Amino acid sequence: MSVTAENITKEYIRESKGTNRFAAVRETTVTIESGKLTVLKGRSGSGKSTFLNMAAGLSRPTSGRIVYDDRDIYSLSDRELSRLRNEYTGVIPQGQSAIFSLSVMENVLLPFTLYRQDGGEQKARELLEKLGIAHLENAMPRELSGGELRRVSIARALVKKPALILADEPTADLDDENTELVFDLLKTAAHEGAAVLTVTHENGAEDYADALWRMDSGTLEVIK
Amino acid sequence: MKRSKNIAVRNIAGKPLRSAVLVILAALLSLTVCAGTLIVRSLRSGLDSLEARLGADVMVVPKEASQKQSFENIVLQGSTGYFYMDKSLMDKVTGRDGVGKSSPQFFLASASAGCCSIPVQIIGFDPDTDFTITPWIKRSYGGELGLFDVVIGNDLNAFVGDSIKFYGVDCRVAAKLDKTGTNFDTAVFTNADTIKQLIRASLDLGMNSFESLDPDNSVSCVLINSDGTRSPEEIVNDINVHVKKVRAFRTGDMISGISSSLSGVSDVIGVMIAAVWLLGLVILLLAFTMSVNERKKEFAVLRAAGASRGKLASVVMQEAVITGLAGSIAGALLGIAAIVPFSKAIENALGLPFLTPDIASAAVPAVMSVLLSAAVCALAAAVSAVRISRIDTALILRGDN
Repeated sequence: MSVTAENITKEYIRESKGTNRFAAVRETTVTIESGKLTVLKGRSGSGKSTFLNMAAGLSRPTSGRIVYDDRDIYSLSDRELSRLRNEYTGVIPQGQSAIFSLSVMENVLLPFTLYRQDGGEQKARELLEKLGIAHLENAMPRELSGGELRRVSIARALVKKPALILADEPTADLDDENTELVFDLLKTAAHEGAAVLTVTHENGAEDYADALWRMDSGTLEVIK
Repeated sequence: MKRSKNIAVRNIAGKPLRSAVLVILAALLSLTVCAGTLIVRSLRSGLDSLEARLGADVMVVPKEASQKQSFENIVLQGSTGYFYMDKSLMDKVTGRDGVGKSSPQFFLASASAGCCSIPVQIIGFDPDTDFTITPWIKRSYGGELGLFDVVIGNDLNAFVGDSIKFYGVDCRVAAKLDKTGTNFDTAVFTNADTIKQLIRASLDLGMNSFESLDPDNSVSCVLINSDGTRSPEEIVNDINVHVKKVRAFRTGDMISGISSSLSGVSDVIGVMIAAVWLLGLVILLLAFTMSVNERKKEFAVLRAAGASRGKLASVVMQEAVITGLAGSIAGALLGIAAIVPFSKAIENALGLPFLTPDIASAAVPAVMSVLLSAAVCALAAAVSAVRISRIDTALILRGDN
C-alpha cells in the first residue's frame, strides 16, 4: 500500500502567542513507500508527530489530502476511517500506551478484540518472544516497567501485520539492545512489504533507514 | 488464557473500587425509589383497606368516649379499648330521618392475665344487620359464626381450629382474615351473642371497668349509611343536635386525619427521593467524568488501534449500563427486603395503616426503580461518552492532554 501526503498543511490557532495561526506542518507532498523503513528526524516541536498523526488518520490536515492507494482517507466517515486504521495501520504512540484493565496479551490482541475478531495469538506470542517479554504474557500493565510497556505497544501495532506502520519515538524508553531489536523488527516488517515511518531522535537510526527525512519548523526535507 | 472480548466488562473488573462506587450509587438511587414507592403504596393500601373496613357513612359513639383521644384508633384501626352506651340510644339514632342501614358494634379488650390466651381487641358485630365487617370476613370464611366462634386477624399466632381463651371462655378459631395493615390484623371478630357472653365473663371476673354494664342492653358504637334522602353531613348534624349522650362523626372526616398524615409522609418521602436523586445524579456525573478523564490516554490508544468515536462512546455507555443495572437491581431488592419484612415496625413508627403489597405487586415499583436508576446512570454517563467521543486523539497521544 502506498501512502501519499498531497500538499498537506496543519495549522493551529494560538491566540496567546500574539500571532493567531501557527503552522505545525507547512505544505508537504511526500510518499511513504511500501517495502521501505522511512526514518523521520527533527528537533522537538518541528512537526514530526503532527505529520505522523495526519498520516494515521488521527488528525485532519488543514489542507491537502492523505491518500492510501487511491483513497483520500479524510473523505471517509469516521467509522470507515477507523476500520481502515484497524485493518491496515499499526500505530505506535508516544510514551506508555496500555489499557490497564487488560493483560499484556489482551493489550497486544486489542486490534482483534475491537472488532470481535478471532486469531492473532500466534503472531502475538511470536512478537512478545522477539521483544523479550513473552514471560509477561499474563501480567497486568501496572506490573511492567516503562520499557516493557513500550514493547507491548510495539507488539500491538504489529500484531495484524499492517500495511502501514507509523511509529512515534518507538525506542524512547529502551536500552541499546532493545532499540536495535525494535529497529530490526520494523526493518523486517518493511522488507515484508509494509510501508514503515518512524519518528525518532535516536542517533544511529539512519543506519536502519531505507529513506531518511528531516523536519524543521514544519518543513519536511527528503534527505535520502 | 481466556481472551477478553468485552473491553467494558474488563474495565469494570479492572477497577473494582471505581466500579463499586458506581454500583453503590446506582443501588442508592434504586433503593430510594423502590423503598419510597413501596412505603407510599403501602400507606395508600392501608388507607384503602381502612376505608373498606369502615364501609359506613356515619359512626356514632358515646359522648364520653368521643372525648378520649384514643377512641379514633379503637374504632378505626382496632386498637385495644372499649366503651359502651345504652342500646336505647341506638334506637333513637337509627330512628332519625335519612338513616338507611345501621348496625351496632361491640368492643372488648382481652387482658394479658391468665384468663386470656392473648391480649387483643375483640370486636363484635350483629350478623343480621352488619354491612361493614361481614363482607370482609366472607372473603376468608363463608360459613355462619356460631356461639364462641371467632375470626382472627392475620398477625395473630393461632390457626383455624385452635381454641383460644378470653376471660376463661374457650373460643374456636373459625377463620383467619386477610392482612389489612392496621391493628385489625391483631384483633378478633365475633358475633354479638358471643361478645355479650365475653363481656359478661369479664364483668364476672371483675376485669371490666364498666361494672354495672348490662351487656344485653349495651352497644359500643353504631355504624350508619344514608338512605339517600340526606347527606352524611346532614345526618351527623341532626344526630348531634337531637340525640343526647352520643356523638356522630362522618367516617370520611375521621379518615381525613390519616389521609392528610399520609399525604404529609408522601411529601416527605418525595422530597427525600428528589434530594437523593439530585445528589446521586451530581455524584454520578462527577464519577463518570473523573473515570473518563483519568483514562483519556487509554481511549486515545483504542482510537489509534481502530476504534471509531462511536465505539469509544459505546465502551463508556456499556460500563455505565452494566454497573447501573447491577446496582439498580441490588438496590431494588434491598428496598423490598427493607420494607416488606418490617411492615409492622414501619406501621408502628408512622402510626398509620400500612399494608405492604404482595411480591407480584411489589415487583412493579422494583422494576420501575431499576429502569429509572439505570436510565439515570446511562444519562450521567452519556455526557462523558459524548465528551470522550470528541477527544483530540493526536493531542492526547502526544502527551499534551
